[in-house]
Amino acid sequence: MAAPAAARAISLERSRFRPGELLIRLLLGLCALVSVATTIGIVVALLQPAIDFFREVSIVDYLTGREWAPLFEPPHFGVQPLLVGTFVVTAVACAVAIPCGLGSAIFLSEYARPRVRGFLKPALEILAGIPTVVFGYFALTFVTPLLRDIGIQVEIFNGLSAGLVMGVMLIPTVASLSEDAMQGVPNALRDGAYALGSNKLQVATRVVVPAALSGIVASFVLAISRAVGETMIVLIAAGQQPTFTWDPRNAVETMTAFIAATGNGDVPRGSIEYKTIFAVGLTLFVITFVMNVIATRLVRRYREVYE
Amino acid sequence: MKAAVFRAFLLLSLAVGFVTLGALLYDVFSKGLPLLDGRLLTGLPSSLAEEAGARPAIFATIEMGLLLIAFVVPIGVGTAIYLEEYANKERWYNRLLEVNIANLAAVPSIVYGILGLAFLVRGLGLGRVLLAGAMILTLLVLPTVIIAAREAIRAVPSSIREGAYALGATRWQVVWRQVLPAALPGIATGAILALSRALGETAPLIMIGALTYVPFNPTLLGEFTALPVQIYDWIGQPGDDFRALAAAGIIVLLGIVLTLNAVAILLRNRYQKRW
Repeated sequence: MAAPAAARAISLERSRFRPGELLIRLLLGLCALVSVATTIGIVVALLQPAIDFFREVSIVDYLTGREWAPLFEPPHFGVQPLLVGTFVVTAVACAVAIPCGLGSAIFLSEYARPRVRGFLKPALEILAGIPTVVFGYFALTFVTPLLRDIGIQVEIFNGLSAGLVMGVMLIPTVASLSEDAMQGVPNALRDGAYALGSNKLQVATRVVVPAALSGIVASFVLAISRAVGETMIVLIAAGQQPTFTWDPRNAVETMTAFIAATGNGDVPRGSIEYKTIFAVGLTLFVITFVMNVIATRLVRRYREVYE
Repeated sequence: MKAAVFRAFLLLSLAVGFVTLGALLYDVFSKGLPLLDGRLLTGLPSSLAEEAGARPAIFATIEMGLLLIAFVVPIGVGTAIYLEEYANKERWYNRLLEVNIANLAAVPSIVYGILGLAFLVRGLGLGRVLLAGAMILTLLVLPTVIIAAREAIRAVPSSIREGAYALGATRWQVVWRQVLPAALPGIATGAILALSRALGETAPLIMIGALTYVPFNPTLLGEFTALPVQIYDWIGQPGDDFRALAAAGIIVLLGIVLTLNAVAILLRNRYQKRW
């Protein structure tokens, strides 16, 4: 310790040994270890039973099978119905969240006066604070009947209303991250475009949005990742029927809904059904993890350019 | 013309969020308000909608909230202090720690439920108890608290630290007497927002068995249910009466969650220091 410390240019540490300071440092390090332990815990919790599962079910059958029926005799462990169910709901959610979130962000960043913005932004954040079980209730008891009233033939549980409501829930996610990215675009770029005779529309769509693009795309990826991982809305409103269907008007089961529905029951430990929770959980974790890594990379890229 | 259409599109996209929010609040209040009475707050759950209340669930939610704050604030702020004030950022393990926290923040909440099911409930043999629920929610919102606390600590100008060092303070004296007091409003805001998010969480609690009939006030090491889980249970019960009951429960939940959010925002606006 002594030799390298002396080599450093300025050291703020006193040279006298202070056990109290050392103890505090240790305690703080322990706090930091909690999050490391959480990650290790998640990986171990998922991996171990999942490996057991894939000893009994071949990974090829799991990924390519189109029938998901762990409780039937003979059981089928094809995850595709769950993947497609997740995809359908996510696609509907993105069809709402991406245009509305981006539109809101452009308005807040480029069009709204500071006072209007100061009011609208926190108001939009209310949406982000509403618990997902409430959105699920709203999708089931309000949106589904509404869809039927306007002539869209949906089942009682369906991917469409779950996806629509989830999309609205994700608007603040897209809007706030995209707006941050747009605020990071230097005013010099805007002024330059105005000086060349551009109008507000051209500045927003041809200068600000392209300049903030990586941050905007990151917000999209993050929204997709959150849609894939969202549980309560789909559990309540999309159904628990693992049918292989691309039609959002049908009942679909997502990966998250399957995990919650199975995990909530008293599944005997060690049974193949218990292990499916972890196999599907691992699949979900890998998908969201990859998307989060992409989003983080993209955010870092726009930060490097302008800050 | 094009500009007007574009502007209309922007306003429309903003309106989607607000109109839905309005419809949601109207729907919930119009259905739930007639049932929002003393019985809902003090009654026990029941298979009859007209007799059912949510007292055990509300108690459990409050208990878990208190436990959560007691767990997450020391651990979260401790981690933030370590990363901002102590850690050498050149070291690979500290960089890994940062990446790790960022990734944890984006792990779906249901995965934390799996973690709870595998380790707390079955691995440690804690069982399906309130303490396990509070611990899972703690881990779930820990990254949010760490990130908020780090931002608050980073916003304290280094001139304050240097001044304290110049007067002979030790590192911990600087942190405890200068940095933390200055960062307190930011930390409190982050903690309250995390609390609000945790109290609305349903999925991880379902995974560790909170979806159950609890006709008594929950204890730390006993079976429990929470307000959002109780609401989920009511949504699944047959009949319009239970739907209305769920709406009434949602009003209580929204009351708690949105009040916490409002407090956090007020705190931020009021005590935000400009250096």
